[in-house]
Amino acid sequence: MLVGELTASPAPTILLPPMLEETVQILANDRDSDLYFRLVVRAPRVAPLVQPGQFAHVRVLPMKATLLRRPFSIFQVAGDTFSILYKAVGQGTEVLSRMPPGEELSVIGPLGRGFTVPQPGAETPLLVAGGYGMAAMYLLAQRSPQRGIVFVGGRRRVDILCEDEFRALGWQVRVATEDGSHGEMGLVTQPLLAELRRGTDGKKLFACGPTPMLKAVGKIADEFQLPAELSMDEHMCCGVGVCLTCVIPVKAGDGWEYQRTCTEGPVFDSRQVAWEVEK
Amino acid sequence: MNLSVQIGRLTLQNPVMVASGTFGYGIEYAQLLDLNQLGAVTVKGIRLHPVRGNATPRTAEVTSGMLNAIGLQGPGVDGFIRKYWPFLKALKVPTLINVWGTTVEEYAEVARRFDALGDVGALELNVSCPNIKEGGAQFGTDVKLLSQVVTACRQATTLPLITKLSPNVVSIAPYAKAAEDAGSDALSIMNSYPAMAIDIETRRPKLANITGGLTGPCIKPIAIKLVWEAAKAVKIPIIGMGGIQTAADAIEFILAGATAVAVGTANFYEPQTALQVIAGIREFLVRNGIADVRKIVGCLLAGER
Repeated sequence: MLVGELTASPAPTILLPPMLEETVQILANDRDSDLYFRLVVRAPRVAPLVQPGQFAHVRVLPMKATLLRRPFSIFQVAGDTFSILYKAVGQGTEVLSRMPPGEELSVIGPLGRGFTVPQPGAETPLLVAGGYGMAAMYLLAQRSPQRGIVFVGGRRRVDILCEDEFRALGWQVRVATEDGSHGEMGLVTQPLLAELRRGTDGKKLFACGPTPMLKAVGKIADEFQLPAELSMDEHMCCGVGVCLTCVIPVKAGDGWEYQRTCTEGPVFDSRQVAWEVEK
Repeated sequence: MNLSVQIGRLTLQNPVMVASGTFGYGIEYAQLLDLNQLGAVTVKGIRLHPVRGNATPRTAEVTSGMLNAIGLQGPGVDGFIRKYWPFLKALKVPTLINVWGTTVEEYAEVARRFDALGDVGALELNVSCPNIKEGGAQFGTDVKLLSQVVTACRQATTLPLITKLSPNVVSIAPYAKAAEDAGSDALSIMNSYPAMAIDIETRRPKLANITGGLTGPCIKPIAIKLVWEAAKAVKIPIIGMGGIQTAADAIEFILAGATAVAVGTANFYEPQTALQVIAGIREFLVRNGIADVRKIVGCLLAGER
């Protein structure tokens, strides 16, 4: 093909969701339970743009030798504020957990392609969450015209977060813990399967949590021939699509290609994910 | 106040560009900074055909830096031109195309394709990527091969050629000289440094590729030394890069002998870095009563104190 022909052809539109960098102030940063914290920030420019399932890329400014931003799913949005739920597990989140109200963070957001909010009278959403993956689905539940059921799983009682917030939206919450300390004993897929065996008409699955859980939900969606949207959990670096760290294998043509969780995702149609590709 | 500099026949409005592989194809950052304020935009490495890239995990954070082994994932020449060129072409600042291949012929063919495209600012020959099995660093760590790649590209295009050198050599001077002699108009120094990190709990390497390239502030002193050594060996301009976060970092490179600089890994965590560096260089020159940035290139005082 001639170069001239290529440049003369109309350029495909590259659609990027609106994003910006904002210095935000911490309004609250409190321990929720165990190692989990709730952070509320005033972000008058980012907050109004947030769609369900999107994330904020946070630079913890006091850290000087740990450079990279940390991605966090956005939990709740209220006026000019948004909140995140996080677990203090690494260098970044530990420093973050010690930052008091009044201090500042740098945020790039909102980022990524989120969940598709159901149309009025269309499908009933069934949400499947692993631990604090539940936070990423709150806005979806809040903005869905149909109330549904949220299935949440975790290792222990302390891993089950924001249950009350979902109940306050009028949603049913079904809990499973591996040690049986809260709800049913076992994996979150058990109560989900029980519900699907009662009927699947008009239902759609949405999931956020660890990769093995997402894979199990994808398999269940296949078995019951249900649509499913999965929020993929990958290690990230730039968050805006340039570094190519957060890629996952996605079906393309007859084969597969690496797509970016931060840009094409984090939410993917489960049928698109090429699980068969070995990592 | 003059901030403009010359790279071969290419004039940059200021000496601060962004490094290949840290800025995608420009459009990704278009909402986060005004690209037209930059000296130039350098795109991620492109070879003739699309490249899938390495398995994951591809990056790992280390103290004051990061490791990467992306494997030059990219759309190939045609995909790039279709998808990204219309946007880049419309920018007011030049686009530098980072080029790689697995053979000398492929480098030359890619150079020919971009020569025919028109409006390209310059080609940066990537002979130093540490993360691919064929091509890349094998050309940058063998003086004869390096010379062949640059010669072939020189015959294939009249565009300014910038050769991006590897730090993984005993002495950089012969490589710098070989690139200059083969017709390179400038040098980019340096690419990432081969490195490795291990997760002690799983006893596995942190990268699927096992080894990767180290970048970020931790490599800056290595890059400064290489720029200084290369600047003594060649007459062509040098674009200094490696861990630049601030104007002070950039000025170190310029004093060591760099005519221009590139911001790399810092783009990942602070997309405004390059613009802050430009403002800071201007402020430094004003504070020191220097009217032209070119006046401080290579002005290191290395004699008696």
